[in-house]
Amino acid sequence: MDLSQIIFLVLAVVILSSGLLVVTTRDIVHAALWLIVTLFGVAALYAVLSAGFLAVVQVVIYIGAIAILFIFAVMLTRKEMRDRGPQLSATWWFSAIVALLTFAGLFLLIRSWTGFGVLAGDIPAGFDAVGQLGNALVSPNAFVLPFEVASVLLLAALIGAVYIAFSRK
Amino acid sequence: MVPLSWWLILSAGLFSIGLFGVLSRKNAVAILLGVELMLNSVNINLVSFWRYGDVARMAGQVFAIIVFAVAAAEVAVGLALVISVYRQRNTVIADNIDMMKW
Repeated sequence: MDLSQIIFLVLAVVILSSGLLVVTTRDIVHAALWLIVTLFGVAALYAVLSAGFLAVVQVVIYIGAIAILFIFAVMLTRKEMRDRGPQLSATWWFSAIVALLTFAGLFLLIRSWTGFGVLAGDIPAGFDAVGQLGNALVSPNAFVLPFEVASVLLLAALIGAVYIAFSRK
Repeated sequence: MVPLSWWLILSAGLFSIGLFGVLSRKNAVAILLGVELMLNSVNINLVSFWRYGDVARMAGQVFAIIVFAVAAAEVAVGLALVISVYRQRNTVIADNIDMMKW
């Protein structure tokens, strides 16, 4: 077992255990904080995969914006079910069975695939991943259309969120 | 070296955990937390396929960035809905939000 495998396993344990805490912790504020741990683990995985730009974007957008938004929403809707009563619905065992079956199905699907044990190729010397990504995002024969559609989607979501949460009093 | 299958199994595990959260949580905000876990597991898949395939083709990373944008939009609208419902009905329990049920 070499160093990269040890790093991967440590990160996997951190991600999966904090992910389990996100869905099972009673206190919803703690769940949001555990989500931040999971997101940091995923950012570290991006760094291991040599996708440095995505690792930074993960920290800035997911942790800096989305997780903070979650904590705000939890605090605005707090007094209701604060640690009172069960946090999981009565049929949580059924959800657990569905989740386990999903995992087993995906696992068998991955096992039966021929690319199961493929290893990562070397990144060519002088390969500029960030520059390539930027070019791909704005090049007309690559992904400029999905990129623009995503910006329109963000604008629509922005206006919609302001409209929905706006208080008319 | 870490084979591709490890990444795929990790992401399948994270997806299942998120699915469990979405299906079993009562609090609407906690359901959205589960959705975030699922989106992250999909992103791990996309980026690892980019790394283990042809590195010069950036489709995996571009798709991951689109997923970031969609996740941000989803969280903004979803939390706005939760806060709006909380103002009107004073509840965030998903079972009690049944105004649109016939």
